[in-house]
Amino acid sequence: MPENKKEFEPKIVAFFCNWCTYLAADLAGTARIKHAPNARVIRVMCSGRVDPQFVMEAFAKGADGVLIGGCHPGDCHYQEGNYKALRRYTLLKRMLMDMGIEEERFRLEWISAAEAERLKWCVNDMVEKLKALGPLNVQVPTEDFAEEVQVA
Amino acid sequence: MSLEKKLPMGNGGPRIGVYVCHCGTNIAGTIDVEEVARYASELDGVEIARDYKYMCSDPGQELIKQDIRDNGLDRIIVASCSPSLHEKTFRDATAGGGVNPFYFQMVNIREHDSWVHTDIEAATAKAKDLIRAAVRRVKYHKALEIRRVPVHNEVLVVGGGIAGIHSALTLANAGKHVYLVEREPTIGGHMAKFDKTFPTLDCAACILTPKMTSVKAHPNITLWSMSEVTLVDGYVGNYEVTVKRHPRYILEDVCVGCLECIEGCVYKKGKVVDDFNLGLSSRKPIYIPFPQAVPQIPVIDPETCIEFKSGKCKKTCIEVCGDRNAIDLTQEETIEKIKVGTIILATGFKTFDPKRIPYYGYGTYPNVYTSLEVERLVNASGPTGGEVALRDGTKPKSVGIVHCVGSRDENTNKHCSRVCCMYSLKLAHLIREKTDAEVYNFYIDIRTPGKDFEEFYNRVAEEGVHFIRGKVADVFPAGDGNGQLILQAEDTLMGMVRKIPVDMVILGVGMEAQADAEDVRRTFNITCSGGGFFMERHPKLAPVNTFTDGIFLAGACQGPKDIPDTVAQAGAAASEALALIDAGHVELEPNTAYITEDDCSGCKTCVPLCPYTAITFLEDKQKAEINEVLCKGCGTCVAACPSGSINQNLFEDEEIFGEIEGVLAHA
Repeated sequence: MPENKKEFEPKIVAFFCNWCTYLAADLAGTARIKHAPNARVIRVMCSGRVDPQFVMEAFAKGADGVLIGGCHPGDCHYQEGNYKALRRYTLLKRMLMDMGIEEERFRLEWISAAEAERLKWCVNDMVEKLKALGPLNVQVPTEDFAEEVQVA
Repeated sequence: MSLEKKLPMGNGGPRIGVYVCHCGTNIAGTIDVEEVARYASELDGVEIARDYKYMCSDPGQELIKQDIRDNGLDRIIVASCSPSLHEKTFRDATAGGGVNPFYFQMVNIREHDSWVHTDIEAATAKAKDLIRAAVRRVKYHKALEIRRVPVHNEVLVVGGGIAGIHSALTLANAGKHVYLVEREPTIGGHMAKFDKTFPTLDCAACILTPKMTSVKAHPNITLWSMSEVTLVDGYVGNYEVTVKRHPRYILEDVCVGCLECIEGCVYKKGKVVDDFNLGLSSRKPIYIPFPQAVPQIPVIDPETCIEFKSGKCKKTCIEVCGDRNAIDLTQEETIEKIKVGTIILATGFKTFDPKRIPYYGYGTYPNVYTSLEVERLVNASGPTGGEVALRDGTKPKSVGIVHCVGSRDENTNKHCSRVCCMYSLKLAHLIREKTDAEVYNFYIDIRTPGKDFEEFYNRVAEEGVHFIRGKVADVFPAGDGNGQLILQAEDTLMGMVRKIPVDMVILGVGMEAQADAEDVRRTFNITCSGGGFFMERHPKLAPVNTFTDGIFLAGACQGPKDIPDTVAQAGAAASEALALIDAGHVELEPNTAYITEDDCSGCKTCVPLCPYTAITFLEDKQKAEINEVLCKGCGTCVAACPSGSINQNLFEDEEIFGEIEGVLAHA
């Protein structure tokens, strides 16, 4: 396949909670709300399930961006899992930025089951920003980095 | 088409079957399913990859079972629609083939792929990525047991409108105990305010009030009026509900409903705005909302009662009540805690407030009414005894009915409220019947989809009601001194602007979600659609279910609907609840977290994280322990455990890492 004539298409790993954002993505489907095909959704029960290591692993394995989607504050199906996600996100984001991973590459978004339009916007907006950034290019010795974040 | 691997089998690894569904053209129209199946067949561990027109059909499911039997498959992947639709179907098929259902994994290539993308190449590549992720994931799947928990017999019905009443009676007649919780002093809801119902014109009270009485009389129904649900705990089959019961200041079990206290009130006439009549009449501080209210017991409004305000009333009501002592001004709110297995939400709707559209002049011109106010005016038990009269008492000679007020409008609500066309036709008919007035309907489209609805429209049209296709753009005084208003609209059939002078304007207000729908949604842990109406699990296949198991929807809280549809849905919700109760138990997803004790360092990080206090710390062992019954499977503790000793069934770290690797691995 001739690679050169293709525009850079960022790969996004998206962790969506089962109750809000995953359903918003389903609703986008039933309402045929077209959006960029770059996100690969991994379903978790709650955004609070997203272990920071999942995010690290995604970047280590070649994701250009990671998107976490959860219920709006106060709306968590499990009361407060999204707050836990928010805390981890804030901390992890700082760490990733220290590593040279740009801010735009890691996002946490609150998207309710009714907000298919918002889901579309989030995905499209992220794709646009990642296209402007180009592929992830971390300036650290990747082998050591990969070894350190390697788990399981 | 089938692609079987030519490699010898039996190397000890998982034997995966991948099935790519066409879903007719829903998937196959945008994704090259044959190519995806071919690609899947080459992935590590995949024994068989097929594509098939409808995987959820009987032959589709049979295909899975047959392949399990013939080829010794032990992992099944179906790439089709959302797991919320058919995960259960395919788990059952997997189990039917003799493999533990939790060795199954679903890949969503319809809602998340073919339906939202147009580029066939990109959509196909995405499908391949997602299937590759599933292939890597299923390796780590474990055989799991479905958790079974018993279901309580009792049902909570929230809201005592026609939906709640019908659900409660259906369940009670089937021998189940129902708690019916209503926030107002009486049940009956909006329907109790209506005069006649379309298209049959039978009187609302005649069909509703007998049902209300049955609710009160039914031995299986506990009716709590003036009550609200404040807290819901637990899970399907085992909900613990806290209900706050506001004081009525009249003891329900003592009062006989003679209503003499109302007669005896120091106020000789009503002085307070009567909400039931939407402010078209007045009531006393001690009152009964309407003559057929259930329970047939007065209520004291502490906001307006002299005794509550100043403490200086002669309390003639108590005197009149005499020895019965049914009035207790010291009554306080009480809290009830109940255990129920299932919950039906029938919390209804509110009508659109037309003050939000200032040019219709509601609240500015006294002769602009909402349709609900006119329902009270035409009602024989309403404030005018069924006389259609303006505020000055005169009968209108011309009436304009404005359709789609707060419906099908970019600035307010985009949805169609479904009932306004029909009730506008009904009001047009009733007004002509009672006053001989000229009636002008201003409509965008006449929408009469329902049994005998179109026939009713034709009948009303033949009765001489005028129809003008055009949205009213302005309502202003005619300035002729007799209070007439001019309705200005562009008649899109005649292609000209028309100004019609009328004595009375009726705004056909639409239906909106209740003002506190958001709070109710949170209390019951369910989801809302756009506009605040509660979201059903599936618009076609699970229209009364919510995403929270054991909680069902009935009536207009789910979306605008008329009485026949509301009652149908209420019956459906009741039978869904019955099905759960009569099964005796429910099956829960085995997605609980568990601790590998040897790996637990005893750091206690997880303990305060759990919102359900499912994690306890065993002081003797210095290890944490998870109570599987209390765990709801959010996985927050799993993500937090620093030593990796906590894991979650169905969402194991390995499984998710497998997926991450899978979606990112290059083909």
